[in-house]
Amino acid sequence: MSSLRIFSTRRSDIIFWAGLCALTLGAAALGLWTGSVKLEPAQVLDALTGRDGTSAAARIVLYSRLPRTCAAMLAGAALAVSGAVIQTVLDNPLASPSVIGVNSGAGFAVALVCAAAPLAQRYTPLVAFGGALAGVLLVAGLSQRTGASRMTVILAGVAISAMFSAGIDTAVTLVPDAISGVTDFRIGGFTGVTMAQLAPAAGLIFVSLGIVFSLSQQMDILALGSDTAQSLGLSVGPVRITLLVLAAALAGAAVSFCGLMGFVGLIVPHTMRRLLGKGSLSLMVSSALGGAFFVTMCDLAARVLFSPFELPVGIILAFAGAPFFLWLLFKQRGGRT
Amino acid sequence: MIRLNRLCAGYFGKTVIQEVTMEFLPGKVTVLLGPNGSGKSTLLKASLGLLPLTGGEVLYDDVDIRRLKRRQIAQKAAFLTQSRNTPSIQALRMVLHGRFPYLTYPRHYGGQDYAIARGAMDATGSRQHENTNVSLLSGGQRQGVYLAMALAQDTRTLFMDEPTTYLDIGRQFHMMRTARSLAREGKAVVLVLHDICLALREADRVAVLQEGRLLCLGEPDAIYQSGALEQVFGVGVHRVDTPHGMQYYCVPQQVPGRIAEECQNT
Repeated sequence: MSSLRIFSTRRSDIIFWAGLCALTLGAAALGLWTGSVKLEPAQVLDALTGRDGTSAAARIVLYSRLPRTCAAMLAGAALAVSGAVIQTVLDNPLASPSVIGVNSGAGFAVALVCAAAPLAQRYTPLVAFGGALAGVLLVAGLSQRTGASRMTVILAGVAISAMFSAGIDTAVTLVPDAISGVTDFRIGGFTGVTMAQLAPAAGLIFVSLGIVFSLSQQMDILALGSDTAQSLGLSVGPVRITLLVLAAALAGAAVSFCGLMGFVGLIVPHTMRRLLGKGSLSLMVSSALGGAFFVTMCDLAARVLFSPFELPVGIILAFAGAPFFLWLLFKQRGGRT
Repeated sequence: MIRLNRLCAGYFGKTVIQEVTMEFLPGKVTVLLGPNGSGKSTLLKASLGLLPLTGGEVLYDDVDIRRLKRRQIAQKAAFLTQSRNTPSIQALRMVLHGRFPYLTYPRHYGGQDYAIARGAMDATGSRQHENTNVSLLSGGQRQGVYLAMALAQDTRTLFMDEPTTYLDIGRQFHMMRTARSLAREGKAVVLVLHDICLALREADRVAVLQEGRLLCLGEPDAIYQSGALEQVFGVGVHRVDTPHGMQYYCVPQQVPGRIAEECQNT
């Protein structure tokens, strides 16, 4: 009987992972294939394999759809994992990079640099990382130092977020030309993103994801609470700081090319936790895949829904994410403490 | 063996534990008793190195705890905390983390770790929940999994902070039976309890704390005779000899101050 149960859970595991990988790959393929200009799958393949590098179709694929799809997948994966890490470290299911001011911290740093030193724009990912780090350390420090309740930490995060947002608005009001596509930046979007712009952020994201995955055991133990984690021999302080730095790197790198994209970091980890519930490694990996899938699909919707007009993807994300967040809030109030 | 020598500890500069000297003997169930705020939990945490010491020392096999790494402490003492998180993780996976202090790079749990984890789940009766997500278990079942994780740590000393508080009576007795059998295996088992009667009946040694100081330490019978419990808790403690052994019970004690208050009210 029990061996049967193991078998069936293993089988459902395989179905889950296969399905998730298929969905993510499918979303990537759709992202390359679909858009306001109709292309044949063969044209897309030719462009990607380099057999055709000059036609209009190839240019659309290589210089518009490929960077966009890559950007959507990277941003989705980075923000979702950043959210999962922050939720684990703060031991708070309501936390996410956009809620506690990590994204707006990164955005403020970017806006400030763009307004004050336009020539330093290639350092954007690093600058955004710095801003995100400031945001995450502020909130984590506050919650640690004061032993504040979970709700208080969220409220503090909202306040810090509002402050950074005001900073962004000040910067873009005083120097209107600082950021091209301000709306996209404020709401989150991928219009006009290039591979050259993506490369440094992608590097930061891949390295951070690798380190986060390798720390999954420590995150499992951290999730047991500080006292238990320490009595198991984990050095809680350094591990927490390392994870927060990684969360900031992930969110900052994403914000540097896609702007203030909300809700991915909240929805995706929660959905995955509900679907899987096996531990941190599976949570992090599935969040990365699920985030990539979700943002790519939302970006697709943003491009196609009102074609030839385009919505910033953040709008679609918010329409999908806000109801979920509300549901989570009320469930939290009625459910466990 | 863990010894406390004139130990002082507390939170945020406020000293809670003052000059406590005692040792946690292997093979014995030691119970800490004392009213709320008397420093029982603080004493446990300080003994585990979870709080900075403000004075005195904690000695693990005669080595000062401040010279030990977290991992080394975790190989000698395990801790079942009072309030516990509800992680979303498979029960066996969680119990395996009891082997974390023994892992070396690249930190993979091996066959022996699995065997020890499963054995620990057998010992706490939680083996049938092996594949269940911990967040789906009841409070009592979850405590069984947490205890199994502490046992998988395979330490000479086990600290438990109020392990019976949220359990039904059957599970309370089962928990005490488990504590006793662990002590028989040679472990030093240290518990914080609120149930005086359970403590006097089941413990080998009882330590009574009052306002952060160790008032007395001894066998249950001696502690009962000393009247320390009456003094500390402000209740009457009595016992009767029954066919089921000595049974203890508590009765309200008329406190002079309280009588005066009641007279004023009427």
